[in-house]
Amino acid sequence: MNMENQDFINTLLLTGRLAGWTTLILFIIGFPIAYWLAYKKFWLKPLVEALISMPMVLPPTVLGFYMLLAYSPQNAPGRFLAEHFNTRLAFSFNGVLIASVIFSLPFMIQPLQNGLTSIPKSFRETAYTLGKSEFTTFIWVLVPNMIPSIITAAAMTFAHCIGEFGVVIMVGGNMPGETRVASIAIYDEVQAMNYHTANQYSFILFIISLLILTLIYSMNGKKKIFF
Amino acid sequence: MLKIDIQKTMLSAEGNTNLQVCSEIQENELLCLFGHSGAGKTTLLRILAGLTKPDKGRIVFNDTVWFDSEKKINLPPQQRNVGYMFQDYTLFPNMTVEKNISFGQKEKNKEEVDNLLLLFDLEILKNQYPEKLSGGQKQRVALARALAAKPNVLLLDEPLSALDFEMRLALQHEIRKAHELLNTVTIMVSHDLQEVFHLATSVIVLKNGTVINECKPADIFKENYTPNYCCFTQNITEKTAQTDIHFPTF
Repeated sequence: MNMENQDFINTLLLTGRLAGWTTLILFIIGFPIAYWLAYKKFWLKPLVEALISMPMVLPPTVLGFYMLLAYSPQNAPGRFLAEHFNTRLAFSFNGVLIASVIFSLPFMIQPLQNGLTSIPKSFRETAYTLGKSEFTTFIWVLVPNMIPSIITAAAMTFAHCIGEFGVVIMVGGNMPGETRVASIAIYDEVQAMNYHTANQYSFILFIISLLILTLIYSMNGKKKIFF
Repeated sequence: MLKIDIQKTMLSAEGNTNLQVCSEIQENELLCLFGHSGAGKTTLLRILAGLTKPDKGRIVFNDTVWFDSEKKINLPPQQRNVGYMFQDYTLFPNMTVEKNISFGQKEKNKEEVDNLLLLFDLEILKNQYPEKLSGGQKQRVALARALAAKPNVLLLDEPLSALDFEMRLALQHEIRKAHELLNTVTIMVSHDLQEVFHLATSVIVLKNGTVINECKPADIFKENYTPNYCCFTQNITEKTAQTDIHFPTF
């Protein structure tokens, strides 16, 4: 296998790794947040919902810019990480991963929240009167009755991460093997007029995205799939 | 014994109504809450289950205080040990009939589940999912599930309202069976005079949130507590007498 092929495969693997880790992390933190937003009432709720939805309307470069500021050792969060963990997040895979998790929040949380609110309240109330705790009710009653929403959330998050460009280039730059994901590689190859390689990347991203969306639509029938 | 003394402001289309109930329900009683829509029957049931919080008052079951606004006690539904059967039965669609019943148990006991399946004639349906069941079958599963938890109080919110007349008659027997098996307090919401007469040992009549009578089932026929369809029939009869309408004869 020549260097170009190896580079090509590494870039795709890195893209999959970033999307996979982002989806997994968001899956773990997304459920409690979605549950909290779906069922709890508090006066700051509209603000929290607006903040979570911000990545859907905000240019990725804005978030990337603020993430870079946060990662900088000249500012408190970056300085804390540098002093206590000897870590610098700017232009690293971990830095891109954190930015990607924040940027993909609404794609995980909103379908989960919608899935939870679509389950009749009487299901939870019945489980409570049968003596079941909120956690038992969540695991045995709510989760099994919102499988399409869970698949939609995971697939949307994964697909969105695969296509991420703005945040990754702002926070991670274009470092092969570290932060150079497929969407950046396409831009890079086009700039270098390597249209054949750009086409290969593009075609693979196209097929993956198509397969994921087909999966989501097949899970949800004719229903509108998200939000 | 269940002692209730509560107040709750209810929101309705006509404005705010104050639900005010003060009553003592004896052990083994099958009490029927009777009254028009919006009288507060379901709200009272939800308050007893711990699903709705009263504005003030006190609810005590035997020696356990379920709610006391002064002492700020409000036991959650999980600690009241009530069996609540919703109007639409709320069987969990992801569980089979057998799983729905065993989910109600505090401690898993297959023998007890088998007994309940047998008692409510559900053995043949035990591996079916709720979507495949008829209304009557769903009602029996919901009753069996409520009993599986061995509740202190059984609360039934219009348990037969979604069924046709013949099915209602047949399933009244199941409700009586459930009540006798539990040997405790059962409170049932109903609009149906026939149902009240056949099942209840006592009746609370609610009107706009206020208890207007506590009586024996037979007594509600003596008073003008009849629901809409009876009033309608009564009005027609009175009108016919007054206006000398002649129906065609054949």
